[in-house]
Amino acid sequence: MARKTTQTRKAVVTTIAWIIGFLIFFPILWTILMSFKSEGDAIKAPLAMLSTPWTLESYGEVQARSNYLRFFMNSVIISLGSTILALVIAIPAAWSMAFVPGKRTKDLLMWMLSTKMMPAVGVLVPMYLMFRDFGLLDTRTGLVVILTLINLPIVVWMLYTYFKEIPGEILEAARMDGASLRSEILYVLTPMAVPGIASTMLLNIILAWNEAFWTLQLTTSDAAPLTQFIASYSSPEGLFYAKLSAASTMAIAPILILGWFSQKQLVRGLTFGAVK
Amino acid sequence: MATAHSRTAARLMVSPAVILLFLWMIVPLGMTIYFSFLRYNLLQPGTSFAGFDNYYYFLTQAAFWDALWNTITLVVGVLIITVFGGIALALLLDQPMWGQGIVRVMVIAPFFVMPTVSALVWKNMFMNPVNGMFAHIAKALGLQPYDFLAHAPLASIILIVAWAWLPFSTLILLTALQSLDREQQEAAEMDGASWLSRFWYLTVPHLTRSITVVILIQTIFLLSVFAEILVTTNGGPGTASTNLPYLVYAQSLLSFDVGGGSAGGIAAVILANIVAFFLMRMIGKNLDA
Amino acid sequence: MNMTLRALLGATALLTLAGVATAETTITVATVNNGDMIRMQGLMDDFYAKYPDIKVEWVTLEENVLRQKVTTDIATKGGQFDVLTIGTYEVPIWGKAGWLVGLNDLPEAWDKADLLPAIAGGLTVDGELYAAPFYGESSMVMYRKDLMDAAGLTMPDAPTWADIKTAAAAMTDKSKEQYGICLRGKAGWGENMAFLTAMSNSFGAKWFDENWNPQFDQQPWKDTLSFYLDLMNEYGPPGASNNGFNENLALMQQGHCGMWIDATVAASFVTGKDSTVADKMAFALAPDNGLGKRGNWLWAWSLAIPAGSAKVDAAKAFVAWATSKEYTELVASKEGWANVPPGTRTSLYANAEYQKVPFAKMTLDSINSADPTKPTVDAVPYTGVQFVAIPEFQGFATAVGQQFSAALAGTTSLDDALAAAQELTKTEMTKAGYIK
Repeated sequence: MARKTTQTRKAVVTTIAWIIGFLIFFPILWTILMSFKSEGDAIKAPLAMLSTPWTLESYGEVQARSNYLRFFMNSVIISLGSTILALVIAIPAAWSMAFVPGKRTKDLLMWMLSTKMMPAVGVLVPMYLMFRDFGLLDTRTGLVVILTLINLPIVVWMLYTYFKEIPGEILEAARMDGASLRSEILYVLTPMAVPGIASTMLLNIILAWNEAFWTLQLTTSDAAPLTQFIASYSSPEGLFYAKLSAASTMAIAPILILGWFSQKQLVRGLTFGAVK
Repeated sequence: MATAHSRTAARLMVSPAVILLFLWMIVPLGMTIYFSFLRYNLLQPGTSFAGFDNYYYFLTQAAFWDALWNTITLVVGVLIITVFGGIALALLLDQPMWGQGIVRVMVIAPFFVMPTVSALVWKNMFMNPVNGMFAHIAKALGLQPYDFLAHAPLASIILIVAWAWLPFSTLILLTALQSLDREQQEAAEMDGASWLSRFWYLTVPHLTRSITVVILIQTIFLLSVFAEILVTTNGGPGTASTNLPYLVYAQSLLSFDVGGGSAGGIAAVILANIVAFFLMRMIGKNLDA
Repeated sequence: MNMTLRALLGATALLTLAGVATAETTITVATVNNGDMIRMQGLMDDFYAKYPDIKVEWVTLEENVLRQKVTTDIATKGGQFDVLTIGTYEVPIWGKAGWLVGLNDLPEAWDKADLLPAIAGGLTVDGELYAAPFYGESSMVMYRKDLMDAAGLTMPDAPTWADIKTAAAAMTDKSKEQYGICLRGKAGWGENMAFLTAMSNSFGAKWFDENWNPQFDQQPWKDTLSFYLDLMNEYGPPGASNNGFNENLALMQQGHCGMWIDATVAASFVTGKDSTVADKMAFALAPDNGLGKRGNWLWAWSLAIPAGSAKVDAAKAFVAWATSKEYTELVASKEGWANVPPGTRTSLYANAEYQKVPFAKMTLDSINSADPTKPTVDAVPYTGVQFVAIPEFQGFATAVGQQFSAALAGTTSLDDALAAAQELTKTEMTKAGYIK
C-alpha cells in the first residue's frame, strides 16, 4: 500500500518536474530548432514550422558572413586566460584569509565584493582612454586583464568559503611534521581544495564567456569574441529569425555543452559557504 | 595560533589581489569624479570646468527618478521571482523522480546563455506581437496578441532576467536542501509534525544562509543589468524601462556627454554603495553566525 | 606595443614605396549591417584581385552600436578603424573638427563630378570632400498595388497626407493581419525621429526658431504628432513602438503592410528574393500637405577615413573601389541592376539598363526633392532634413524619440509627450549654450 502511494507520488512529481523543466528549457530548444529552418519557414506559426523541411542553410550564411572559428578562439582564450590569471591571484589571497584571518578579513572580503557594484558604463570613457594609451584596445591581453579584475572578487570569495571548510587541524598536523608553507599549500591544501577550485574555475569561465559589455566596447576585430559575433545579428536586414537562431546557437553551444558536462562540479562549488 | 611569520606571509599573499582591486577601483573612479566636474562632450573640442552643473542637470531630469525607481523594481522583482521560484523548484527537484539528471540539465541551461542572446531570443521569437510565439498562441486561442515590450516593458525585462537567473538560485538552494539532516526530518515526521510545520521550522532556517547568498550575488549582477535593456526596449517606451546604468549609457554614449555621464556614474556608484552597505550587514550577520 | 606596431607599419610602408612589396596591409572597416554592406562583403574577391597586398577586416554592427563605437573611437583618437561607415549627419561635423582625411585627391577615374550634387554637397566642408557616398537615399511611399486596386483606389505619384490616410483605411483588415500602414516607432534619432522630423517639415513644423528656441509647444508639431498617432493607432501593426527600419522591412516582406514610408533603399529589398510581395509593389513620392515641403529625407551612408589611421593609402584604395562605377557594374553583373547601391551617381540614372528598374526614377526624384539647406517651410538657423546638424542633436533627439515612442505605445499622452520633449530639448540647448 505504502509502496504504491510512493510510486504514484513519484509519477506525479516526475510529470510536474518534466513539464517545468521543459518550459524553462523551451526558449533554447526552440532557438536550436529554428536554426535548422529556412527564413521563410522560421516565421510560420509554431506547429506549421515544425513540419517544414530541415536545412543547414542558415549556418552556411552565417559562416559565409563571419569567421566563426576566430570569434570562438578569442572567446576561449579570453575566458580561459582571465580565469587562470584570476585563480593565480586569488588562491593565495583566499588561502591567507581563510587560515590566517585578521580582524579586518571580513571587511576586506566585503570591500572586494563591493568593487563589483560599480556600473561599468560609468567608467567606460576613462577605461577607453587608458586602454588607448597602453595600446590595449582590441587586444586579447587587454580583455584578459579586465575580465580578471571584474571576476576577481567573486573568485576570491568562492575560494575563501571553500578553504574555510577545510579543517584547520590538518594544517596543524602538517606543520608539526615540519612542512614548509610552500609544501603545505602544494601537498596538503591543494588536493583538498581541487573540487572548490574546479567549480570556481567553471563559474568564472561561464561569467567571462558571457560578459557582454567590456568585450563589446573594447574590441573591434582582432580580439573580438562571440559576444561581438552575435552583436552583428542583433537587427539585421529583412527576415532574420533563422540566421539569428543559427548565430545564437553557435554562440551558446560551446558553453552550454561545457556546463552540462561539468554541472556536478559546478554545483558543488556554488554554495558559497552557505552549506555547512 | 598563527605565528608572526605566517602573518607576514599571509599579508604578502593577500596583497596582490588587494592592490589590483584597489587600483581597479580607484583609478577609473578618480577619473570619473574628475570628468564629472568638467564640461566634456566627446563631439566638441576642449573641456572646461563645470562645477556641479553636471550633477545638477543629471539629478534634476525627470528620467533620473524614473531610472532610480526602475533599477530598484528590477532588482527586487527578479529577486522575488528567483528566490521563491528557486525554493519551489529546489523542493520539487529534491523529490525522488525518474530522469532527475535530465530535468536538472534542462533547468540549469538558461544560466549558460549570454544576456544578449537571451534578450534577442525572447524579444524576437517570443514577445514579438506579430511573429512571436506568444502572439501565435494568442491568435490560436482567438485572442488579440499582447505587445509585451510596449505595454509592460519593465515586467518583460524582469521576466527575461529572472529566466536567466532562476537556475542559479535553484541550484544553490537545491544543494542546501540536499545537505538537510534527513534523520531530523524523519524524527519530526514521526512526531506527527505536518509538512508545513516541518518546512517552516526545519527547512526554512536551514535555507536562510543560502537565500542570503543568492540575494547578495544576484543583487551585484542585477544592479548593472544593461544588455537586456539595450537589446529589447532601448529603455523605452519613454523611460519606462530605463534603469540607472542605461541612463548613464544614454548620457555618455548616445549624447557623448562624458561630463554628464560621469556625474550619473557617480550617482550610480553611490546607490550601489548604499545597497551594498545594507546587504553586507545582512550577509555579515548571516554568514558567520 | 602599439608604438612598435606603428613603427613596423611605417617601415613596411617605406619598403613598399621602395618597390620591395612584402607584407600585406590589413585595414579595419567598420560598417553597418544593412543589405548593401553585407552584399559587398561577398564581393571582396574582386578587390583582392586588384589589390593583393591589402587585406580587409570587417566589423559589422547594428546602426546604433556602430555609431556609438565609431564616435567613441574617433573622438578619443583610439585608432581602431581605418575606414568608417558614417552618414550625412556626422560627416560635416567631423570634417569640420578635423577628424577625417580629405578625399579630394581620389583618382581621376573615380570621377567626383559624377556624384549627385545633393549628396556630394552634404559630404563636403569648405570645398573638401570628407567621405565617399556608398549609397544615397531619400524616403518614399512603398505600397501594395494589388490592395489598392482591390479597394478601387489609385495612389497619385505625389500624394498628400490625406491620400495616405484614405489608402491606409482602405487597405487595413486586421482580421487578416493586414495593416494599412507601417511606420517607424522605435525610439532613436536615426529611427522614429528621422521619420517624424521629415514628416514634420511637410506640416510646417520645425525643431527651433531663429533663436534656437525649441518649437514642440507650437501647433504644427501637435498636428504632426496627432496625425501620426491617429494613423498608427487606427491602421498600424501591433508593437509599432518597437519597429525600426528592419522590423518594418520584415513586416512588409511578409505582406503585413499595405504601405510603408521609409528609405528608398528598401525598394530593392521589398522587390527582392526574400519578399513574398515582390511583384505587387509600387512607389510614390513621400506625402505633403500642400505647404511646399514633402516629408522625405536625405541620407547617404558614406565611407570616410579617420585622421588617426596609419594606413591612409590602403584605406583610400578601398574607399575608391567600394564607391566606384566599376563596383556598381560588378554588383549588376552578379546580382542584377535592381541590387546595385543607389542614389550616388548621375551616371547610374542615365544608364538605360538601370532606368528599367521600377523604383529608379522615384528614388532619383525623391533625392532631388530634398533640400538640406532649406529643410522647413519657415526659415531656421540649422541645416539637415531629418536631423539638425549640431553635435548635441543625437542626444536630445533620441530622448525626444523616447517620448514619442511612449506616446505611440499609449503609455503617455500626446500633450505630455510634447511637453516633455519641449522641456528636455530646452534644458539641453541651455546646457550647450545655444539659449542664453
